[in-house]
Amino acid sequence: MSFLQNSLPYILAGISVGGQYALIAIGYTMVYGILRLINFAHGDVFMAAGMFMVFLSASLPLGAAIPLVLLLTVLLGFLIERAAYKPLRSAPRMSVMISAIGVSYLIQNCALYFTGGLAKVYPQLPWLSDTVTIFGAVTKRVTLVTPILTILLVVGLSLFIRYTKVGIAMRAVSKDFETARLMGIKVNSVISATFIIGSLLAAVGSLLYFTNYASVTPTSGGMPGLKCFVAAVFGGIGSIPGAVIGAFIIGIAENIIKGLGWTTFSVVFTFALLIIILLVKPTGLFGEKATDKV
Amino acid sequence: MKLKNEKKKDALCTLIAIAVMLVVLIVMELTMKSTSILFTVLKKGMIYALVAVSMNLLNGFTGLFSLGQAGFMLIGAYTYAIFSMPTAVKLGDTVYKYYDCAISLELGIFPALLLAGLFAAVFAALIGLPVLRLKSDYLAIATLGFAEIFRAFFQWDAMGPVTNGANVLRQYKDLTKVKIPFTNIPFPPTLFCFLVAGICIAIIVLLINSSYGRAFKAIRDDEIAAEAMGINLFKHKEMSFVISSFFAGISGALLAMFQYTVQAAQFKTAMTYEILLIVVIGGIGSVTGSCIASFLFIACNEWWLRFLDESSNNILGLNILRSGFRKVVFSIIIMIIVLFFSKGIMGEREFSWARARAFFRDPFGLVSRRKKPAVSEEVSGDA
Amino acid sequence: MKKVLALVLALALVFALAACGGSKAADNTVTIGVFEPASGDNGAGGKQETLGVQYANSVQPTVEIGGKTYNVVVKYVDNESSNDKAPSAAAELVSAGSSIILGSYGSGVSIAGGPTFEAAGIPAVGITCTNPAVTEGNGYYFRICFLDPFQGTVLANYAFSELGVTKAYCLNKLGDDYSGGLVKYFIEAFEGLGGECVHEEFPDGNSDFTSYVANAKAAGCGVFFSPVSTEAAQLIIDQVVAQGATFPLLAGDTWDSNVILQAAKGKDVNITVTTFYPEGADADFDSSIKAWINGNSTNLANNGGDDTVAAVTAMGYDAYFFALAALQKAGSTDPAKVMETIWSTEINGVTGPIALDQTNGDAIRNTAFVKQADTATGTWIALDPVTIN
Repeated sequence: MSFLQNSLPYILAGISVGGQYALIAIGYTMVYGILRLINFAHGDVFMAAGMFMVFLSASLPLGAAIPLVLLLTVLLGFLIERAAYKPLRSAPRMSVMISAIGVSYLIQNCALYFTGGLAKVYPQLPWLSDTVTIFGAVTKRVTLVTPILTILLVVGLSLFIRYTKVGIAMRAVSKDFETARLMGIKVNSVISATFIIGSLLAAVGSLLYFTNYASVTPTSGGMPGLKCFVAAVFGGIGSIPGAVIGAFIIGIAENIIKGLGWTTFSVVFTFALLIIILLVKPTGLFGEKATDKV
Repeated sequence: MKLKNEKKKDALCTLIAIAVMLVVLIVMELTMKSTSILFTVLKKGMIYALVAVSMNLLNGFTGLFSLGQAGFMLIGAYTYAIFSMPTAVKLGDTVYKYYDCAISLELGIFPALLLAGLFAAVFAALIGLPVLRLKSDYLAIATLGFAEIFRAFFQWDAMGPVTNGANVLRQYKDLTKVKIPFTNIPFPPTLFCFLVAGICIAIIVLLINSSYGRAFKAIRDDEIAAEAMGINLFKHKEMSFVISSFFAGISGALLAMFQYTVQAAQFKTAMTYEILLIVVIGGIGSVTGSCIASFLFIACNEWWLRFLDESSNNILGLNILRSGFRKVVFSIIIMIIVLFFSKGIMGEREFSWARARAFFRDPFGLVSRRKKPAVSEEVSGDA
Repeated sequence: MKKVLALVLALALVFALAACGGSKAADNTVTIGVFEPASGDNGAGGKQETLGVQYANSVQPTVEIGGKTYNVVVKYVDNESSNDKAPSAAAELVSAGSSIILGSYGSGVSIAGGPTFEAAGIPAVGITCTNPAVTEGNGYYFRICFLDPFQGTVLANYAFSELGVTKAYCLNKLGDDYSGGLVKYFIEAFEGLGGECVHEEFPDGNSDFTSYVANAKAAGCGVFFSPVSTEAAQLIIDQVVAQGATFPLLAGDTWDSNVILQAAKGKDVNITVTTFYPEGADADFDSSIKAWINGNSTNLANNGGDDTVAAVTAMGYDAYFFALAALQKAGSTDPAKVMETIWSTEINGVTGPIALDQTNGDAIRNTAFVKQADTATGTWIALDPVTIN
């Protein structure tokens, strides 16, 4: 019992942060599945959602601010795709990746400019920010809400992809871009839809994440972004359940390592895991085997 | 025969241009105030040019998408700093405050620079064995991961007696400590950077133009065809990776010399992204492009755009100019280049005298533009 | 389209270059360089310190050197709280022709930027960088604040004697000279008193402090000592409250900021800090700087949105007058002359008398003020100052 009592805070923190990572990782994995693009700007979209919340909640009631944050983030994701990736559709993959790095640079620098370089305090969300006690461990309610909400959203997303027209089109495009286009699928709208879904989930993720760690800086998106990307690769990039499981594993392991006192290595662990999985099973846990084409 | 003469003439031109550049540099260093920001930009620009060219060797000439450059610079910078630090400093407690330094060896500047490159190369050889089997994006992520692991490893407490933990290293032999051989006169620091980095870049260019370089390009263009032609893929990839890391290590060491202090925390992925941006802006697969882009990048970032940060420069009572605006403008410029000039400044071409002469005869195609319709009519008539 | 764009870009660059070359200082001005972070981890603190200099400059915009009146031009450069940006920011100040440099908030950037000032032969005066390594081995760096071995001892004594704690949890940022150094000296002093310490470090970019607070709780520590940047401090306070931890928080001068007060307001948490200046010690100074801060929305924003006078602001104010005194004493704007006379410069500042010792050029200070946060009203309560001889 005392073991449980001692380790519970770490596991709770791990599950909660894992859920938040999962919501971001889905954005990475879906975009990669369709465009074969590592969307380096996704972590910054997540940060931007946090910034929107900080600025909007200063003048609007939360009931109006939250939907507006979701809307603005979706719009940002959509615009990034249209402005920075679409013109490069026929360019080499490396150019698109560079464009993603450029966008990430731009978002961070804009955030730096508008905040004046200071950390912004994230508003307290009623109910979510309250503290609760379970089995003797004290934590915020958001810790408990996160995994449930994550799983609900993932199930919803899976159903969406399996049964709706857009979802089927997405799967088709990710299987074979050119053939899908020939079959009359409007590839550009499918890609936009992917970015919209990814950004929406990132916005939800940011609501949960920043309620837990209530400070937003221009670089807040960097580390979580990188970790979520690793989670997506770990789970097999392109696979949604893979990304979710990868994110939970990374979130939990990271907190347990910190709990053991090896704090310097919490980030290293993430990358070590990445390299091991790449060497042993390069396509990740659930990834499809890629074939070389001549 | 005529071609050969042309080649000789061009080589002579290049030599003269380099000599003129060096003389100008010497004159500038002797006459201008050494603290001028111009020299800061020139030094840092040259150091970044070296690392950009070394990254270009991998990404542009061998087609290996690697994002580990910052990690190898870190190794080079630390190796240089640790081995060139005077023994008295190591034993004292101004630098190694919390640890007893385990390395008592003190090397001169050139041996330490060489060792910096060698250490980076050895690490590269080791991680190359497993990592180079991966392809494209996966290779990029794996090298990026290794760079982050290096950083954490160098910051590790247990490495403290060697790396001073996560704390800064300083008081090693920096650029002001370089002396003209056999005298006690300080060597002009900017000239030193240009000479060391210039020689390294020249070696890379020779390598690219050798039979190995042709093998690299063959691998870049088509791995399977290259293998069918009898090129040992792994051997050449490993070679390119190790050589690139060697020079990244040297540029890391030069960066350490330039900065006076060095700390693992600065060698983040953001640094690799910066170098990658330089390579892309210059043109993937162009050595001259990387060099030009590196000077432009550093000058914009650290010098030319600074006035955008000063609120005293605001006009019309607008309050847009303030701290951070420079970076916004800078990233917008980068986005414009990436989106509209995706081939970069030089594309895949190199600087050539023939093209330079053509440019001076007809800058920006202003003269030929008027003639163009006639040409196209001719072509369409043929068709 | 592309050609036009290329041309526009090229023209913009040329214009920028011309704009840079155009600014030449007139000969009746003297430049003081301010080397402070305006962004990054220590952006908030750096801005407050800069405010002190700005206010002092508005109070005294001219100085008489060698019988001639000079206008003081203050050149601000953002070192971005980052050790790798520090050398180029320092070079920027040097090439602007500064006669003397002030700053920086955060010891790491001062250590990283120091050699650039040394190479240029310009004296630099640290305002609140407390790590000993700033001035050790750098003949051109001076400072007007106390040092970490002293501050660490004061804090350790406070934890051991006043709080009656025997086990302390210490947390610092990996590779950060300020928090790393202070924690080191705290541990030395605390263990010397017979206490026990648990020491952990968090990496750059970390915002999840759940596990660290949980570790401190699990280890049964009686006090949580984490003299980190205010940015991380907000998160730590939040997490301590969220986990219902009861131990008091203890920190050094960085936490003496209204950012901390705002983060702790209305929460059940006990925060004690050591600092350079308690608000209220000089009523005239307090009221006039408050009026100045409230009179300008940018200043108010830079001070964190209210008019609490941070100790670093008072220190920045003193540093400016110290620099003027050094210039006057030198009778010249030549940095080499200032360098000769700065050793013996003395002033009576709002934070107390300032004079430098003759070994490293550190301030002779043996008093630290202790403050406790009043979470109900969001203000600081001054406790008895501590003096160690």
